[in-house]
Amino acid sequence: MAVEAASTFAPDADRLGSPTVLLPKKSLLRQLIRDRTALVGLIILVVMFGLALAAPLVAPFDPNDADVVNRYAPPSAEHWLGTDNLGRDEFSRLLFGARISLFAALAVGIAILAIGIVVGMISGFAGGLVDGILMRIVDVLLAFPSLLLALTITGMLGPGLFHLLVGMAVVWWTDYARLMRGLVLTVKERPFIESAKALGLPRRLIARRHILPNIVSPVIVLGTLQTGRLLLALSALSFLGLGVQPPTAEWGAMLSEGRNYLASAPQLMLYPGLAITIAALGFNLLGDGLRDILDPTLR
Amino acid sequence: MIGYIARRIAYLIPIWLGITLLAFALATFAPGDPARNYFQRTHGRQPNPTELAQVRARFELDEPIPQRYLGWVGGAVQGDLGLSFSSGRPVADELLNRFPATLQLAAAATLIAVAVAVPIGVLAALKRNSWVDQLTRGVAMLGASIPSFWLALLLIIFFSVKLQLLPSSGRGGFDHLILPALALGLGDAAIIARLTRSSLLEVLGEDYVTTARAKGISEGRVVVRHVLRNSLAAIVTQVGLAFGFLLAYSAIVEVIFVWPGIGLLAVEAIGQRDYNMIQGFVVFAGTIFVVINLVVDLLYLWLDPRVTLGPQERAAVA
Repeated sequence: MAVEAASTFAPDADRLGSPTVLLPKKSLLRQLIRDRTALVGLIILVVMFGLALAAPLVAPFDPNDADVVNRYAPPSAEHWLGTDNLGRDEFSRLLFGARISLFAALAVGIAILAIGIVVGMISGFAGGLVDGILMRIVDVLLAFPSLLLALTITGMLGPGLFHLLVGMAVVWWTDYARLMRGLVLTVKERPFIESAKALGLPRRLIARRHILPNIVSPVIVLGTLQTGRLLLALSALSFLGLGVQPPTAEWGAMLSEGRNYLASAPQLMLYPGLAITIAALGFNLLGDGLRDILDPTLR
Repeated sequence: MIGYIARRIAYLIPIWLGITLLAFALATFAPGDPARNYFQRTHGRQPNPTELAQVRARFELDEPIPQRYLGWVGGAVQGDLGLSFSSGRPVADELLNRFPATLQLAAAATLIAVAVAVPIGVLAALKRNSWVDQLTRGVAMLGASIPSFWLALLLIIFFSVKLQLLPSSGRGGFDHLILPALALGLGDAAIIARLTRSSLLEVLGEDYVTTARAKGISEGRVVVRHVLRNSLAAIVTQVGLAFGFLLAYSAIVEVIFVWPGIGLLAVEAIGQRDYNMIQGFVVFAGTIFVVINLVVDLLYLWLDPRVTLGPQERAAVA
């Protein structure tokens, strides 16, 4: 079942026999640059994360500065993308929105990665009853559509960015846990692990030194694609009003506000949605490219 | 085979119980007192202790938690999910009333997805690495990146606001169905197209396809008789799984188009903190999702008799 669960990455798991580390950093970067898909994805993400970080320096206006006289202004030299229903600068709001949207998705991504790795490794190493219980929990969570469960949990906790992050993290770690468990089970039986065991190395050391490096590449691929999905889910839930509350700028929340002016000012719907799409595209392109590079068997 | 089906169903029972536990825990440990909230909403003032006790008794909140769980699961097995805090009507009735709308939407979305995706996927596989193939790859990538709720809003802006061709909300005639089904189905089309392409490519590489061609059978016949027929199982599986997800993911599209399905019902229930409705919804949706996955698995076995139950599957049902 473990092998089956990790089947998408099974070719990878099969190649994990060699004790050499699969990720020589320099050559990965060089390969990334050579793979056009991955490069485009990487550039999109670097630019977007860069702009998000530099938002206070780059943004021409305060994202919450209302200018009632200047509502729904068309794009101009002053307001690059025009202004919204309260006369706030759309471009500045997009930049500040990027900070929350991108980094919140990243935060959930890191949280579920940590939970998934820990649960998956415990499950894979311990086996038996512990494994059984943990995997049944995973089965139950996977038996229910993640987005709806996150929606329900956040709704129960009450709207707000932190609750949204908690709701998402509780639900989404299962893919990593399954992947990790499958990889641990495959790697565990390899000769070089056997010999490390025979040498009397402590289990924790074996896990850290010999097993972790061998599972890095499938996790990187899954992580990149997963973060893109998290971004989409996060903006969808924010759109439903479960995330940050107005007037804070966040892409999903901006769409939610703009929706009220759908007929009179449809342009307000355009930019935040485009931003989400481009960012998600960045993650998908990079993830796809990374998969091609790290797993030549799938080419 | 019958043994396998029985084992698969037996395996689902603990999963289903896990779902009920999850649903119950969500509603029970959520902050706030549902009985007090209910009284305040219906009477506009704080309840006195007697009144509070009456409300608790009516919604069966006065028993210890383990007993409440057992009573609730016992009811759920028989189709009784308790009373809604907002309408006072049985939760199961409300869910069943709303479910056909969700089912209709998901079915229409699946139809659109299949109608768009399968021909494109076949074309991309037959003309591998041509511009058609590259284009589908790009469009599929874009499809996986566009948030469905944004697509929904764009469709409304274009077809309802600008062209004034189609209604933007509510359920009614066929015209009401088009936009929500498109918004829901197009994202899936991207995934199904890619999958169709890859499963076709797999079959195209088989020896019997070469043999068929060598025998001089026309290319069209080879594709329809040999290639499509043999990639059917994989495509059907993907479509089935996608259908399950559509049922679930329709919630957001339902909210945007005010489509009166169970997704909209759930979002409304969350807004009104209707705990019974929410836990009922979680169990209902979870059950449907689990059943669909089971049906898809069995369908796969039936469509592709070459699939035998290997040690992995046996381990999965053990």
